[in-house]
Amino acid sequence: MEAIKKVRGRAVVIPGDEIDTDRIIPARYLKAITFDGLGEALFYDERYDEAGNPKDHPLNHPERQGASIMVVGAGFGSGSSREHAPQAIKRAGFKAIIGESFAEIFFGNATQIGLVCVTLDPEDLGVLAEWVEANPEGEVEVDLEAREVRFGRRVAPLAIREAAREALVSGRWDPLAELMEAMDEIKRLDAARPGPGKRGGYRGLA
Amino acid sequence: MAGKTLYEKVWDAHEVRRLASGQSQLFIDLHLIHEVTSPQAFGMLRELGLKVAMPHRTFATVDHIVPTDARDEPFADVLAQAMIEELRKNTRENGIELFDVGSGKQGIVHVVGPEQGLTQPGFTIVCGDSHTSTHGAFGAIAFGIGTTQVRDVLATQTVAMPRLKVRRINVNGELKPGVSAKDVILHIIRTLGVKGGQGYAYEYGGAVIDGMTMEERMTVCNMSIEGGARIGYVNPDETTFAFLKRRPYAPAEDEWEEAVAHWRSLASDPDAVYDDVVEIDGSQIAPYVTWGINPGQAISVEENVPDPANVPAEEAALVAEALEYMKLRPGQPIKGQKIDVAFVGSCTNGRLSDLREAARVVQAAGGRVAAGVRALVVPGSEQVARQAEAEGLDQIFRDAGFEWRYAGCSMCLAMNPDKLVGDEISISSSNRNFKGRQGSPQGRTLLASPVMVAAAALAGEVVDVREVLGVKA
Repeated sequence: MEAIKKVRGRAVVIPGDEIDTDRIIPARYLKAITFDGLGEALFYDERYDEAGNPKDHPLNHPERQGASIMVVGAGFGSGSSREHAPQAIKRAGFKAIIGESFAEIFFGNATQIGLVCVTLDPEDLGVLAEWVEANPEGEVEVDLEAREVRFGRRVAPLAIREAAREALVSGRWDPLAELMEAMDEIKRLDAARPGPGKRGGYRGLA
Repeated sequence: MAGKTLYEKVWDAHEVRRLASGQSQLFIDLHLIHEVTSPQAFGMLRELGLKVAMPHRTFATVDHIVPTDARDEPFADVLAQAMIEELRKNTRENGIELFDVGSGKQGIVHVVGPEQGLTQPGFTIVCGDSHTSTHGAFGAIAFGIGTTQVRDVLATQTVAMPRLKVRRINVNGELKPGVSAKDVILHIIRTLGVKGGQGYAYEYGGAVIDGMTMEERMTVCNMSIEGGARIGYVNPDETTFAFLKRRPYAPAEDEWEEAVAHWRSLASDPDAVYDDVVEIDGSQIAPYVTWGINPGQAISVEENVPDPANVPAEEAALVAEALEYMKLRPGQPIKGQKIDVAFVGSCTNGRLSDLREAARVVQAAGGRVAAGVRALVVPGSEQVARQAEAEGLDQIFRDAGFEWRYAGCSMCLAMNPDKLVGDEISISSSNRNFKGRQGSPQGRTLLASPVMVAAAALAGEVVDVREVLGVKA
């Protein structure tokens, strides 16, 4: 698993607050047994009309093709826990999202698949969004070690939950291998603890 | 030494260790899975050559994609059929119990867990579904997870999770007649905001919560996530124990007293310290209806829809966006708003008491579903359906022109044939009014309690259920 210390690339602004996961990936695209092809369905109902014709959406603009950093508002990723949402964003080529705030489950899901989510204070975020709009060719850099977002001549301090930052920069964002190290202790808990339909496990707990 | 909250006690009892990142590795007592968010996790396990570590702690059911108008297989939707087949294969190959269609136990995962007694106080419970917070009604620490975490739980029976802060929410006083648990949680979300719960577990208490049935507490906990809180819970008490007694997977008779003593000890200590405390006056809560595109955009049935010109500047854009999508006039009353569809059901309000209350309103109002309105009642589980039919509720609904359906998620999220068409507007007892949530990219949703939905179905427009019931002060 790669350590993710810096992400650099062109950016696209998705305006608006409280963008929920139903908008990021409409439920009908969850009818599948794999995550394949989700990238094309990203923001589908906002990008295309019912006949499938493209609407005026930032992700459809030619100058934004190949962008790898998404700039969003507050409360991004609220609602459903569907990992399909960060999966769709990642599979559409994005490596980082910069916003004012993220919904709890979305943030956790994104971090576990190595999709970086960082926040800026609202004023810096506004400056970044304006700069990105004016500079489609410009590159934005998210530096998790220096805890900074850099664009043009500007540097803005970023915030991210420390456990997530640590997991990303140390290459431990997918925790499975680390979780498996504790199997002996887990088996002990399984044997000792009560469980659904299981007999025993309550003695000594009260 | 200061006392502890239930959250801290349960967390400490389940923390296997701290990970290098600082997150907790948390042991999971009960893992619930369904057909939408689990197949990719089983796929990842297969790719890694791993097995399900503790299949006796995982239970499966099918809810999101099942049609509710007919049960014949294969389903008309080949993708839906493929998903149910995949779940059957994955559970069979891994020795996981599946509550399949027709088993008598199938239903919405958050209805099934409690009714089977799988959900118990002090458990850590996860499911690849954000409404897993429902199970917190029992004093469990229950939260939704992503599919990669479903993989982690299948492989290790643990997840990596940050420890949250705890906010105590006291709902004091007494609810007025005609006011439901749904109105309480919509009021809380409106008060604290849809992002207010980020970083927190919500502990609900106070006289109103204490006096609630388990089903009402589940409605409140269910929508914690709509307020941004991944976890919401109520301390276990006599109401909790009475509900669980003799449920199929609950502790057996000879262990019951021991289990109850343990559960009692888990409740937050009187001197527990909270990161935040919020007081809500229950007597001020009226029946609610949402007018916008997130569940915090809610008003009492007596209020008018906001006008972007009269709200704080930072809210104006969101209000304007919501009104444009909803095709509502700034400042219009919500009462009298015409509706096309009425939906009673979902993990929020698809339980027996919800159907009883809705049926009571249908009987009190008399008459039939308004001309041009499509009205559905979808029981939350096969067991709820059976009980409702034994009480004759299905007949009350059918006689009044409602469709009586089989158990499933139905129109809450439109992954099955129950969908809005075009820009239809529904009044719905479900939990989300997001753009496109009910299946049409222009579909519009008004969230409300089951009794408000039933009353609106008959009137063809939003009405105050207190007037229908003759209880308006």
